[in-house]
Amino acid sequence: MGVITGILSSLPGALSQGVLWGIMALGVYITYKILDIADLTVDGSFALGASVCAVCIVGGMHPMLAILLAVVSGCIAGAVTGILHAVFDIPAILAGILTQLGLYSINLRVMGRSNTPLLKQETLVDKLAALLPKMSNSYTTLIIGVLAVVIVILVSYWFFGTEVGSEIRATGNNEAMVKALGGNTRFMKALGLSISNGLVALSGALVCQSQGYADVNSGQGAIVTGLAAIVIGNVLLGWGKSFGMKMISVIVGSVIYRIVIAVVMQAGWVDTSDTKLFSAILVAIALAVPVLIERYRNRPQVEA
Amino acid sequence: MLELKNVKKTFNRGSVNEKQALNGVNLKLEPGDFVTVIGGNGAGKSTMLNMIAGVYPVDSGAVVIDGKNVTRQPDYKRAAYLGRVFQDPMMGTAADMEIEENLAMAYRRGKRRGLGWGILKQEKKTYHEALKMLDLGLEERMSSKVGLLSGGQRQALTLLMATLRQPKVLLLDEHTAALDPKTAAKVLELTQELIEKNHLTTLMITHNMKDAIRLGNRLIMMHEGTIIYDVKGEEKKRLKVPDLLAKFEEASQGEFANDRMLLS
Repeated sequence: MGVITGILSSLPGALSQGVLWGIMALGVYITYKILDIADLTVDGSFALGASVCAVCIVGGMHPMLAILLAVVSGCIAGAVTGILHAVFDIPAILAGILTQLGLYSINLRVMGRSNTPLLKQETLVDKLAALLPKMSNSYTTLIIGVLAVVIVILVSYWFFGTEVGSEIRATGNNEAMVKALGGNTRFMKALGLSISNGLVALSGALVCQSQGYADVNSGQGAIVTGLAAIVIGNVLLGWGKSFGMKMISVIVGSVIYRIVIAVVMQAGWVDTSDTKLFSAILVAIALAVPVLIERYRNRPQVEA
Repeated sequence: MLELKNVKKTFNRGSVNEKQALNGVNLKLEPGDFVTVIGGNGAGKSTMLNMIAGVYPVDSGAVVIDGKNVTRQPDYKRAAYLGRVFQDPMMGTAADMEIEENLAMAYRRGKRRGLGWGILKQEKKTYHEALKMLDLGLEERMSSKVGLLSGGQRQALTLLMATLRQPKVLLLDEHTAALDPKTAAKVLELTQELIEKNHLTTLMITHNMKDAIRLGNRLIMMHEGTIIYDVKGEEKKRLKVPDLLAKFEEASQGEFANDRMLLS
């Protein structure tokens, strides 16, 4: 019985963390699905968002402003990868790894150490908790997360419908065509990477405020978490073809992923130290299964 | 309208794969010229079109479009003057985007992209009318993804997109070669229609000699990176396929025997 209650009590936390990390997954969606680039900057820019946010709050800044600065820092990190890839033709994966590696040192510089706790400082979660004293921390976090997600989805929906947004989508689809129609694909790729990492940093900043600390290693494996959310969301809500529906499916995927992790941890099936291996295997299977299904469908038909 | 001045291009310079693709090409097109381009494999036809479009920079020489020297401009800037249709029907359109979204991007060729809506209500009417002209029923499926269309439909759409904004020069690189004969004939007919309607200056590469003779007001033949034959007007109208074959034979001296099957 203890296991079941343990699982149930962990659900609200998993739900709110799933939503907050879902914003990071939306960032990954922009590069992985829209631009068709596997961007490994993510691990670094997530921690960058958290670090910048934490340092700003400790310095006495308003938590909203701290989030804004975190987003800007993420956009800059993404732009660096974008310039390395789009201007200097460094393969996208390598460009992302270079930025990610550099960001580790930058994050240590930003914080001056590997971990910055927010002990006495007021975060957005604390501010909302003061307004809603009866609510548990998980639910106030969830409210903030849902609000942030709604804003991000609305803005993305608008942006990817504009001329520039359409151009970014087309660049991921067919570069030759975009060039033939007068679009600067290098700029579009860099812009897409920048926006994507801005979202990742936003997620990092929100997670930092909800957990009350920033850690230089907090982004480790973020790209895998993001891919997991995209794949799970696609399996569950893949029938939704509209752009808005696809973004919602990513958030749902992220929440399900967190719940799965919470359940296996609470049930004691997987050691805390083994969660990364578990995540990696989960994502590998999720990526491999659609390929196997496709191959099975296209197998040579034997005539009876 | 278009001028190439002594354009030269060598690929993989200094390596064993060195290939002199263009060996001093001079060409001048008057407004409204419809030029068909023929030549064997590796004659430099596609390279010439790519030099005009700016896909790669020229080694030396100049490209002038409508009086502007564009030699140093990258491809996406030159796109303001050019309409292009490729041999591969997949290359001219974005598969995961809607038909109308593709048209909307073509409608903005050469314009600065801003944060206005990618496609406006009043534009859709224009696209509806334009698609009707293709006679493929696409005007009723404007929000379908382009990836659902056949190769011929995609090529017809690409052609429409290339001419939606009047280009200074239309570049067609064997744009019917990948289609089945019936579809190819239809796309070619449409090509002729669009060129005549809009009085487009056109360069069209083709492997089909009959088409090369039948279409356009001027024909050029390329061999080993230069233009070896250039006819227009009445003289072109009197051309017959055997005349062209003889020209090829003369230029390539024997090598041609191998190419013969490809060309006829």
